[in-house]
Amino acid sequence: MSTKPIAPQQAPEPPSGPAISVRNLRVKYGEREILHGINFEIAAGETLVILGGSGSGKSTLLRTLVGLELPSGGEIWVRGKNFAAMSDAERDELLKKMGMSFQGGALFGSMSVADNVALPLREHTALDESTIEIIVRLKLDQVGLSGFDNYMPAQLSGGMKKRAAIARALAMDPEILFFDEPSAGLDPIIAAGIDELILKLKKAFRITIVVVTHELASAFLIGDRMILLDKGVIVANGTPQELQASKQPRVRQFLDRIPEPELSEEMDYLQMLTGEIPPLRR
Amino acid sequence: MALTESIGEATINGLAYVGGLARLAGGSARAIFIEPFRGRKLNLNRAIHQAMAVGVEALPIVSLISFFIGTILALQGAYELRKFGALHLVASAVAISMTRELGPLMTAVVVIGRSGSSFAAEIGTMKVNEEIDALETMALEPVHFLVAPKFLAMILMMPCLTTWADFMGVLGGGLFGVTSAGFTWAGYLRATIDALILRDIVTGLIKSVMFGLVITSVGCQEGFSTGLGSEQVGRSTTSAVVNSIFLVVVVDLVFTALFYFTAPR
Repeated sequence: MSTKPIAPQQAPEPPSGPAISVRNLRVKYGEREILHGINFEIAAGETLVILGGSGSGKSTLLRTLVGLELPSGGEIWVRGKNFAAMSDAERDELLKKMGMSFQGGALFGSMSVADNVALPLREHTALDESTIEIIVRLKLDQVGLSGFDNYMPAQLSGGMKKRAAIARALAMDPEILFFDEPSAGLDPIIAAGIDELILKLKKAFRITIVVVTHELASAFLIGDRMILLDKGVIVANGTPQELQASKQPRVRQFLDRIPEPELSEEMDYLQMLTGEIPPLRR
Repeated sequence: MALTESIGEATINGLAYVGGLARLAGGSARAIFIEPFRGRKLNLNRAIHQAMAVGVEALPIVSLISFFIGTILALQGAYELRKFGALHLVASAVAISMTRELGPLMTAVVVIGRSGSSFAAEIGTMKVNEEIDALETMALEPVHFLVAPKFLAMILMMPCLTTWADFMGVLGGGLFGVTSAGFTWAGYLRATIDALILRDIVTGLIKSVMFGLVITSVGCQEGFSTGLGSEQVGRSTTSAVVNSIFLVVVVDLVFTALFYFTAPR
């Protein structure tokens, strides 16, 4: 796979305020509240890693940030605008400046890799086909998938699917890039390759990157700053060094991989998810 | 108490279901008829692709089934008519039942089996693979992108398929007429044309469009309501077929009654 130098596109104007600012965010699924008042900011050009165990609410947080879930309370400000209070047209404009790489890739199975990458360009721009073709080549090049234009997603390996999905997320030259579990389900070598790709994109484009993961090694490698979520609240927010040095029990438990006492009953599980009763009954 | 509660719940669920269908149809109508004039084009390639899958590829099976249905109608009709020495009426019996009822209905059944189920499976699989979410994060509205081309294909292809089915049914009836009722092919076709009025054909075609709307909206709605996990796709496909057949029959009843009571006497 080629690692050609990436021509720097115009870097987004650095910090005139945070890229994303989340204020007292609450999200409910039905009656059950998953996120209980989250506050944090992401500076422009920063790579933020959202860490957390299963059921910590990190996936819900990511889905809310990209507009797939509606908050039941609080605000999300993206580039100085309130995401929840936008008109549909404004929201669409903002979404075009964001790219999202899904856990399983979420490539359209009925389209070739090139068509997947070309889709947002064809739907949202007036570019002619030959220009689109060039952009698609460039994007596939950037993720190390040159020559795979005509492959169908089903013909790709897990790691290649993620790369193709990243190429699609990059298609519209996003200012903010989101990754859901970029290394989940990949072997360590392929996962390291994806981490390296994220680092490369970060250096080349200086875009804001938000990564949700539970892989500690990859989190410490790519993150400028980290948030540890637990039961829908933020228990730690700091640089990787600050987190490493933290004495907080939940942080230590997560970083040192100390197992939770086994849950035996359904109610314990539900309470653990929502944090209505502290689950650490030691 | 429990009985009234469950009746109430079933009513609410039923209304919500129909409301969901109407929302899909309404959103698609906007995407097809209004948004193209506001500069948001519908992808016609997708609609053509769908039209091929829904219409053209269904021709062989629709032809065969309606031909057989035509023959069956002739046989069943003749069984009764010959008692009165009215075997020559077989042509008009087949023509009227095909165009008014069985042409549209049998076409709908075939299209439910071929396309309604595949709409549900396609969208259901996309839901499970997060492809629907991916569309939304790319600012592509799933209704505009996925559903509207299907509606457009369906409202164009259902009347075409139904017209063809009517014709094949008449030919199927003709097979009996020519071999066992003393007709020539020319005589049978003339008797068919004499028996039909435009209203018979038009009411059948109106029904076929309504069936197309039902099949598309149910198929897509079942796809979108697919839960987590791939076994849910199978469940969605099954309910798409069952609910479509049921709703097509309901719509058929409503429109047949409407046409009956509004017919000139």
